[in-house]
Amino acid sequence: MSREVGTKKWGIGRLAIYLFLTVISFFSIFPFYWMFVMATSPSSAYNSIPPTIIPGDQLVANFKKVLEMIPFFQSMVNTLIVCLTVTIVVLFISSLAGFAFAKFKFPGKNILFFSILFTIVIPPQLGLIPQYLLVAKAGLLDHLFAAMILFFLNPLGIFLMRQYVNQSVPDELIEAAKLDGCSNFRIYRSVVLPIILPAFATLGIIVFTSVWGEFLWQFTVLRDPESYTIQVALASLNNTNKVDFGMLLSGVFWATVPLLIVFLIFNKLFISSIAEGSVK
Amino acid sequence: MIPLEVKKDTVYRKRSLSEKTKDMISGYLYVSPFFVIFAIIGLYPALFSLFLAFQKWNGMGEMEFVGLANFKVILTDPLFWKSVYNTIVLGIMGTAPQLVVGLVLAFFLNLTYLRFKNFFRITIFMPYITSMVAVALVFSVFFSNNDTALVNYLIGLIGMDPVNWKTSEWGAKIAISTMVFWRWLGYNTIIFFAGMQSISNDLYEAAKIDGANKLQQLRYITIPMLKPFILLTVFFSTVGAMQLFTEPAVFLGNAAFSRDEALTVVMYLYRDAFRISSFGTASASAIILLIFIVGVSALNMMITQGYGRKRGRKG
Repeated sequence: MSREVGTKKWGIGRLAIYLFLTVISFFSIFPFYWMFVMATSPSSAYNSIPPTIIPGDQLVANFKKVLEMIPFFQSMVNTLIVCLTVTIVVLFISSLAGFAFAKFKFPGKNILFFSILFTIVIPPQLGLIPQYLLVAKAGLLDHLFAAMILFFLNPLGIFLMRQYVNQSVPDELIEAAKLDGCSNFRIYRSVVLPIILPAFATLGIIVFTSVWGEFLWQFTVLRDPESYTIQVALASLNNTNKVDFGMLLSGVFWATVPLLIVFLIFNKLFISSIAEGSVK
Repeated sequence: MIPLEVKKDTVYRKRSLSEKTKDMISGYLYVSPFFVIFAIIGLYPALFSLFLAFQKWNGMGEMEFVGLANFKVILTDPLFWKSVYNTIVLGIMGTAPQLVVGLVLAFFLNLTYLRFKNFFRITIFMPYITSMVAVALVFSVFFSNNDTALVNYLIGLIGMDPVNWKTSEWGAKIAISTMVFWRWLGYNTIIFFAGMQSISNDLYEAAKIDGANKLQQLRYITIPMLKPFILLTVFFSTVGAMQLFTEPAVFLGNAAFSRDEALTVVMYLYRDAFRISSFGTASASAIILLIFIVGVSALNMMITQGYGRKRGRKG
């Protein structure tokens, strides 16, 4: 028995495990803390030895510098518009298709379903140039719609929704609604939708966070600073030869805080959603 | 769930055929949005890329069919091979440690006696919610070239000379794989953790009765049972690693496309298309990237699966 790891209440094995977890936790949190330290310090703090690790008093001053460089609030609003629209559209498309794949019979259903799954493997960069040309031709460069359009495609969402409808909406319920004379869309709206709301939370979180962090495509189609999403705006802060680190990390800090707060409040839902979305 | 009352009415039976057709139409209609959008922004661009790969075009003038010349240009360009090398090295350095440490972390988090479990789970997962851009910027300050940069200061404490993290071959790679590790560790840990929770406790009980210690349990129960989850994370990490763009591009800032220490395949492609307007060669490298990703993931699956089988046999 003595060979088991950490059986003894305060044995070496158990202490080592706690120590390891604490060290990893520290490394996970430290960049957040340090972001805050730099966001509050004058840029000269960066050159001090030993390095500054205590917050300073330049919180407002640094953020004002950010505002001189990029339209921060505009970018945040743009990002919010993009993320919310994409999330709503994906939820609608995925739940409708998931419902159809789970509950209707139609020729070619399986082939269609597997072709959706297959699209997961196609690297998004494959079509990058034509996609860009398409957007340019349609006159949509610098439009937020261009920033959204690629993300309306979410094969994983359809897969998740099909699973969920299969598991939680009994056929009898749909039959009954049909006998009551409900149209299929009415069934979707009044019977299926209320039942699958928890899955909306799961998929919604996955889509929102992934679109929030999206960069390559936005960077390609948004060139006018007024149309920047926050990620493109932040990246542009690092594009000068002499970067003011206090200013830079102030921008990063304020762009990270909103999602961080939402995460800390709903951490259980967040973590289980992300895990569920990948594991299903 | 409230079961609606089922009316036994023969009138509805007569309508069953038209009901079937209606369901069929609804079925097609409801799955169609995905396919319509996919046709426009997925399939058409993919096919157009394939077409462009055989053309010489700067995006403005006439296209000119050049056969396989674009592929020849790419495959004989030392910079392309450098980008392939960088992508593979960064892929291995960024993902392998992450998967191993993630597995160990998940195993610890799953220990029944562990306290502060929730705290550890939240903190370890936290990096995942920061965007890649934010991570790259924070780490670009950690790993800046100055002697006073935090990482240079820390390695100075143990007597090492400061490193030019952004302009040296291994410096750039270490910095970038560190940020990939930092951001994705928690994500993989949570997936492994979810997998471990789905393993029945009976198996561990039986193993305990047979006298297996914790390490043996990890080796003969946890890892074999986790195989599907390991395959999944390996697959996603590999595909992600082959597509690495944001981290190096943002980390290096305006030097990103003019230096080669951390130029990845996608950056090479991007540079061809949007910096030097060579759409033909850029499309050719996109096709090569696709083949490359399919090949590497297939190879990866084979290795992981073979490894799993060996493990299984031993156990």
